[in-house]
Parts: sequence; structure tokens; C-alpha cells
Amino acid sequence: MAAEAKIKCSVGLTGNSAVAYAMKQINPDVVAAYPITPSTTIVEEFSGYVADGKVDTEFVTVESEHSAMSACIGASAAGARVMTATSSQGLALMWEMLYIASGMRLPIVMTCVNRALSAPLNIHCDHSDSMGARDSGWIQLYSETVQEAYDNVIQAVRIAEQENILLPVMVCLDGFITSHSIENLCLLDDDVIKKFIGEYKPSQPSLLDVDHPTTYGAVALPDSYMEARRQQAEAMTLSKDVIINAAKDFEKISGRSYGLMEKYRMDDADAAIVILNSAAGTTKVAVDEMRNKGLKVGLLKPRVFRPFPYIEMAEALKNVKVIGVLDRADSYTSFGGPLFTEIRSSLYELDKRPKIINRIFGLGGRDYGVKDSLAVFEELLKIKDMGKIDKVYDYISVRE
Amino acid sequence: MATLKELSEKKELFSGGHRLCSGCGIPPIVRLVLRSTDNPIVVSTATGCLEVGTSIYPYTSWRTPWIHSAFENTAATISGIETAYRALKKRKRLPVDKDIKFVAFGGDGGTYDIGLQALSGALERGHSFLYVCYDNGAYMNTGIQRSSSTPFGANTTTSPAGDMIPGKQEFRKDLTKIVIAHNVPYAAQASPHNWKDLNNKAQKALAINGPTFLNVISPCPLGWYSKPEESIETAKIAVETCFWPLYEVENGILKINYKPKEKKPIEDWLKMQGRFKHIFKPENKWMIEKFQERIDKEWERLLALDGKQV
Repeated sequence: MAAEAKIKCSVGLTGNSAVAYAMKQINPDVVAAYPITPSTTIVEEFSGYVADGKVDTEFVTVESEHSAMSACIGASAAGARVMTATSSQGLALMWEMLYIASGMRLPIVMTCVNRALSAPLNIHCDHSDSMGARDSGWIQLYSETVQEAYDNVIQAVRIAEQENILLPVMVCLDGFITSHSIENLCLLDDDVIKKFIGEYKPSQPSLLDVDHPTTYGAVALPDSYMEARRQQAEAMTLSKDVIINAAKDFEKISGRSYGLMEKYRMDDADAAIVILNSAAGTTKVAVDEMRNKGLKVGLLKPRVFRPFPYIEMAEALKNVKVIGVLDRADSYTSFGGPLFTEIRSSLYELDKRPKIINRIFGLGGRDYGVKDSLAVFEELLKIKDMGKIDKVYDYISVRE
Repeated sequence: MATLKELSEKKELFSGGHRLCSGCGIPPIVRLVLRSTDNPIVVSTATGCLEVGTSIYPYTSWRTPWIHSAFENTAATISGIETAYRALKKRKRLPVDKDIKFVAFGGDGGTYDIGLQALSGALERGHSFLYVCYDNGAYMNTGIQRSSSTPFGANTTTSPAGDMIPGKQEFRKDLTKIVIAHNVPYAAQASPHNWKDLNNKAQKALAINGPTFLNVISPCPLGWYSKPEESIETAKIAVETCFWPLYEVENGILKINYKPKEKKPIEDWLKMQGRFKHIFKPENKWMIEKFQERIDKEWERLLALDGKQV
């Protein structure tokens, strides 16, 4: 399949350049964005494409992220294909509007370059920004590499705009680690992408359809609000198959295969780490080292966090004896991070539930190395041998 | 300049049956603005009385495309819509001969206070739209809390006339002046009692390609403790006392549209409204004097600028 497609490989780009390039190839109708570290260079590079006439997108340099998402909402309700990018405090400032974008069923695509939230102020990577928005009704795709970020942005457009979905999609990649690191990747041809995403035709009358006046954002009292929310929940449930199908079609044009998650050496694994984004790459090295010593360990990297693929997750983990979920964000439940609580809940239906622990790592850009990953694997194997967990929830690589 | 007959024959884009209070200044303002162009209009509205009173699902008063997204962002929302319009027109996904007008409505809370940043941003970026602030001088929708537009001395639920503090102690923000500082092609103050002036101003604003602004005083019987049947009169007296001067700034030139032959004392306006009842107590007489001084000073300032570049 891949041989048929026109693919430019071995192009060295940073994560942000790759996202900006994907946006250039998508050539959306409207981009409204506000600069914030570490997502800034996406907006900078895209504005360069606008200035040089490489795209004919209308680019709105709004005065805040709140207005960025508000303008995206207005433009999307007006029937435009709309994209934006942000990070951290910017996403936090948008928070109110995230719910309105999904509640109005507007297929906006946004890249979130993951960065820690204040206070203390920190510009480096963790997932507290996008995890804070996990219940805002946005589909969330996570990306380990520059290639995955590029591929996810393209697929996100297709997913968001499906007539039975119409939900906004957030593509997450790690701040600095992925956003500012140059990797070799394969780019698709503009024509191939255009065909893959298709021309955008809004499935409901837009605000610019003046012959069919439509009221957007009405007041819904207790007799109707819940039905709107129920429909939104239904769309989120249905989006799982749409995401899978988009990935299948994407494989045909790219030769790269995506699903709800990536399983790395999981077949006979006794112990497994579940981890998002770039840290999965580090963990793969640790898995290989452990495997070389004959230790049966593996890695599970979720790609889709919303909707949460709980059935597939349980299926993938059911034969593992001990699981370590590594969260790059805490949710201050005193019980575990967001990824942990979802995974643990997914396993509840299993007849024989694996043992499971949660380790919070990498907050505010704290380094996560192969040695950290190896230490977690060793702890998991110890739990397997002893049959007992000391601490379900803890922090690693932290001065106590 | 349209006659009343011509205006009455125009298509009604804002239907009756809405849930705004009797005597509310907003509906006449909205109906007049929507009648001020023959082009199709897309409307964005901030959270507030106008929004909740006109869009309770499954009903809508809007016979024209309309959106509400949140409180502080109606200027940002209309920016996005107007940008999409330019994008889709450029890409020939809209008929090129369709000339659509864009109007954002917000109350004083959504404009002077929480929406000021979004408004400033949209004005600076130069989107082609008309922003109409219906200024009733408090957060009326949530139960009469003071805003930065609330007049000096007014009793509100967050600036109550108490034993120690007799109502709001600050003068109102001059939003029109702030808007003018953005050097927009057109900004004006208007009142629903002078329908002709309001209609002219909206017509002018909607004909301009660029950001334009109308600040319109909007009587609120509920929050002003005034008689619903006297709303239009209350608006008129606000103008006659020069509390609410009717003026416009067109391409930088300020013009006073109405100069009262004899400026009425501010008491005339204050006494129509229960929210100022306490300042008529003998011990609060200084407040009336202070209020009058401020109005006189502001009116003198405007008179000096009449016909001049600002």
C-alpha cells in the first residue's frame, strides 16, 4: 500500500514545525491563535505560511487564548474549517470555551503542546494542561513522536468532521521534548492529504447561511439540557470506531498503522508500564534492555484518551500480572493520576484483575530516563514475586 | 434617512413573544438596529438579558442567524464569524455578491467589564462589524449588581445604599471614550427615545467597512426602580440632563447630535428612579452636587470638542 502513495521521507522537523506543516497542507479556512510557550513556533511558522501566501487561510491574531477559542467557535459555527494551537495556561484560559466548542458540536482541531500549569510557573513538559481538559468533551489523541503528532493532526480533521461525530479534537504532544526536537519523519503530499480530509461541508446550516437562519447557543432549561448532553456522550462513544476507521484509511496513504493504543512487546509480558507520549519512547528502550535479560516486560501506550477505550485496554492488560501506570500529571485525589484511575477502572470487569500501581513522574519537565523506567519495571517484578504492593500511589524521581 | 413608515415596513428580524421585561429598553434598541440595513445580518450576543430572554430552547426570537457562546467574548465570537465570511468568500464557498453585516450585542457588564478585552482586541484588529452595547448600568440579568457603568450613587445589590456607604461611590467608566481611543471609523452614543438618531447612527455604522460601535442607554425598570411606562421618558431625561449626551465620532471628528436648549438638572433624572432614592436624604445632598459637577465638566469637555478632531 505504502508503495503506491507519494511519500517524502527523511525530512528533519521539530514537532512544532511538523504540526505547522500539517496545518499548511490542510490549509484550513480560519486559524485564530495566541502565542504561548512551547506551542508558539506553531503559530509563528503558520503565520509565515500566511505571509508568504503558502496558504490562503484567514489568520486571526487574537488578544488571548479565550478569544482564540471564541473566534474559533464563531468561525466554525459560520461553516469554516478551523484550527488552533496552545499550551498550559493558554489551554487553562480557554477552559470555559472548550466546553462550549464541544457542546455546540463544532469540529475544531487544536494542537496542545503539553506544558505544566502554574504555580510555580514552569514552561516544561507535563500533562496537567490537557488532563485538566479531559472532561471537556474533546476527543484527545496523544503523540509519542514528531511523526505521530503530524499524523494525528491530519487524522484529527477527518475524525472531528464526521457527520455523526462533530466533536472538537485535541492533539497532544510533549512540550520541548517533542515540540522542539528534530526528528526524521515522512511527509505526505498535499494532494494526498486534501483527498484524505476531503472538502469541508458543514452538515448543519451555518451562521452564514442567511437564507436558513439558525440559532446557535440557545438556553436549554432542565427539560432539554440533558438530551443535548446525552447526544454529545453518544457522539463520543461512536467516535471510537471513527478513529479506528480513520487510522485504517490513513495507513493506506501513509503505510503507518495507528489504533487506539500501541502495544510494545506485550504478548507474554508479566509486567507492563502504561505511559503516554514521548516517555513511551524512553520506556521502549528499557523494555528492550529487560527483555535482553530474559525478563518478560512490555509497554502499553494509549493513543486515544478520550473516548477512553476501556474494553480494549482491559483486553490488552488482562494477562499482565503487574501494571505500573505512569502519570505525567496528578489529579490530587490522593489516590492517583488521571491515566491510572481510568486504567484501574477499566480492569474492574476482569475476572482476574492484575495488580496495579501508579507513579507520578516528569512533572514540570523533570527528566524521565531509561534508568527511571528500569527502576519501575524492577519494582513491578518485585511486586509480582512478593505478591504484595507497598504503595499504590507514589512519586518517582523526586527529592523527598 | 428612513421615515417611521419606511422603518415599520421593514422585515421584523426580532420577533415578539420574547421574555424581556415590560419597559425594557433592549427590544426597541435591537429592533431599530436590525432595521438599519437591508443586507442580511448575522448577530452574536453576550450572555445577559438579551440572550436569555430571546433564546430559550426550543423557541428563538431571532429570524436571522444568531449565536451566543459566552459572556465576555461576543466581540471575539463575531471576529471569528466575520473572518470565516472573508475566508469562505475568498474561496468562493459563499456567493461573492452576498454582502452580510455583522452585529454584536452586549450589555454593560459584558462590554465595560468582563468583555472589554475581547472588544478592544476586535476593534484593534479591524474586523468589519458593529458592536452595540445596551447600557442599563448594572448586571441586571443576575439581579442588579454594580458594573463599571453603574452611575455614581446608585443603589445596587453589590453597592447597596447602607448606613455607612450610600450606594456606589465611583463614577462610571467612559467606555465610549475608550472605544474612540481605538481610532475606529465610527463610534457614537445613542438613546432609544430618539429613534431617528439611533437609526441614523446604526445605518451609518453598518455601511462602514470596519469596526464600529454604538453605546445605547437602555432603561431597566427592574434595576432602576422606575416605571415601565416611563422608560422612554427616562431615557429622554438622561439625554436632557446631559447624563447621556448624544454624540458621534466619525473618522476622528466629534459631533454632538443633540444639544438641549436648557440643560435639565440631574435631579430630574435621578428622581425618576428608586435606585437614587437615598441620595435625596438631606445628609446625602453632597452626592447630587458631586454628580452634577461631574456632568457639567463632562458636557463642557464635549462642547469644546464639538466639530473637532479627537
